[in-house]
Amino acid sequence: MDELRLDGNAAAGTLGEVFSFEVTTAEYACGGCGRTGRLGGAMVYEVRGLGTIVRCPSCDDALIRLAHNRERHMVDLRGMRYLTTG
Amino acid sequence: MQLYRILWRLADVVEVVPETPRTKSLVLDVPEWEGHKAGQHVDVKLTAPDGYQAQRSYSIASAPEDERLVLTVDRLDDGEVSPYLTDVLMVGDKLELRGPIGGYFTWEAKDGGPLLLVGGGSGVVPLMGMIRHRAAVGSDVPTRLLYSSRSYEEIIYRKELEDLTARDGALEVIHTLTRSRPQDWSGYDRRIDAEMLAEVTWFPDESPLAFVCGPTPFVEAVGSALVGLGHEPARVKTERFGATGG
Amino acid sequence: MSEGFFSRGFLGRRRRHDERLPPGQYLEDGFPVLSAGPTPRTPLEEWDFSIVGEIDEPKRWTWEEFRQLPSEEITKDIHCVTKWSKLETRWEGVSVDTLFEGVETAAEYVTAFCDGDYTTNLPLEDVTGGKAWVAYAYDGEPLEPEHGGPARLLVPHLYFWKSAKWVRGLQLTSYDIPGFWESLGYHNYGDPWREQRYWGD
Repeated sequence: MDELRLDGNAAAGTLGEVFSFEVTTAEYACGGCGRTGRLGGAMVYEVRGLGTIVRCPSCDDALIRLAHNRERHMVDLRGMRYLTTG
Repeated sequence: MQLYRILWRLADVVEVVPETPRTKSLVLDVPEWEGHKAGQHVDVKLTAPDGYQAQRSYSIASAPEDERLVLTVDRLDDGEVSPYLTDVLMVGDKLELRGPIGGYFTWEAKDGGPLLLVGGGSGVVPLMGMIRHRAAVGSDVPTRLLYSSRSYEEIIYRKELEDLTARDGALEVIHTLTRSRPQDWSGYDRRIDAEMLAEVTWFPDESPLAFVCGPTPFVEAVGSALVGLGHEPARVKTERFGATGG
Repeated sequence: MSEGFFSRGFLGRRRRHDERLPPGQYLEDGFPVLSAGPTPRTPLEEWDFSIVGEIDEPKRWTWEEFRQLPSEEITKDIHCVTKWSKLETRWEGVSVDTLFEGVETAAEYVTAFCDGDYTTNLPLEDVTGGKAWVAYAYDGEPLEPEHGGPARLLVPHLYFWKSAKWVRGLQLTSYDIPGFWESLGYHNYGDPWREQRYWGD
């Protein structure tokens, strides 16, 4: 068990810098295993100082990878088939 | 769909309230605060004169109906941010924060119940926000708080919870004390386990809503126990604090 | 935004500087665990290390075979891009030169691949010539899973994200393929002495 992992809510502040909508209630489909869910229930790894990685709770694939390099945001969303607020 | 931008703001510290030997509540005036939902949190950012910054998340303890924003901070001995908030920050200081954050771990009275709240240590803070909201709007949703603390002295909001339960038959608070207990303690005296949860929670066919908050290992154990007892996974919301806060 | 604001009385953790450190680093007493995913728990019976890719005959060692290889004690300073450094950390491991003995390749780069999805890319010459190891012990003890055990790559002359935890092999490539952090804005090479933290540094 990993003591360092958090819920999607923990990344909400960081994700809020990139997305203009409430992201933790948005629904994703995992590109790896197809599982759907709300981002608030995904697993978050805050790699303090490096970035934020949001992973699928079923298969551990990275759904979202985020980094702050000084003022620049880097976002990799390839792990999701889609993300929807609907 | 609501568009928003969460911006960093400077809040004024208007009161600092000791709750237990290791926790304090910070009462804040936040300019242009747009309100929040019970269960949400704020990010707090501290900046040193040389530009070094440290940032942590803190759950909102106050009800959305309250005039001021309250954060309750647990002092971690080797933390970087919490000792500053509990030992150094004073009335009159400014605190940089952004929020409210997190739409997933929230409860409004209209969401109904019955409501099972399970908190470990300072994990009780967002759950207290929910309880305070429930009281502020006069909701009668049946609610049980199962709250794990290390000792009687470390129960946060103990008196307020006693007062609320005395007035409200639909709110119950069940404590468990895991490290030490008073002589005449007749309550639970161990870490929360499936057996305790089975005794406390509603039957699955009543479709309770559950909110679990605390350190990651606590939340994972309780979360899977609840699902094992028949709770629908979609109706068990969790908020892990991580192994350490800060 | 709050330009010029600082929190009265906040200094942050005591960050000790030292002239032996690269620019922007401070001394750390502990050994922070930074992890981008769940800690893998590969049983040693299933563990292997391979050299694959642009190589005539891929090489592979089981854990027993790997532990039979000549190994050495390594004492080196390490520097994390998140600004902490530790001086004279002690490791035990197999030199990558040992693993490459007899290997013929025209490849100029390697990608370290690991349990989980972590990868990192390096020029081949930065893992050879006595600059890199596959380490299985730290401070006299077997490497703990949270620090990359059973074995991690150790490349102390570059930022520590290049010292990939839970390493399972090296893939030889003609092209430089940005790894996990390199594809997220972190510097492709990562020399702490030139403070190469991010793209463009």
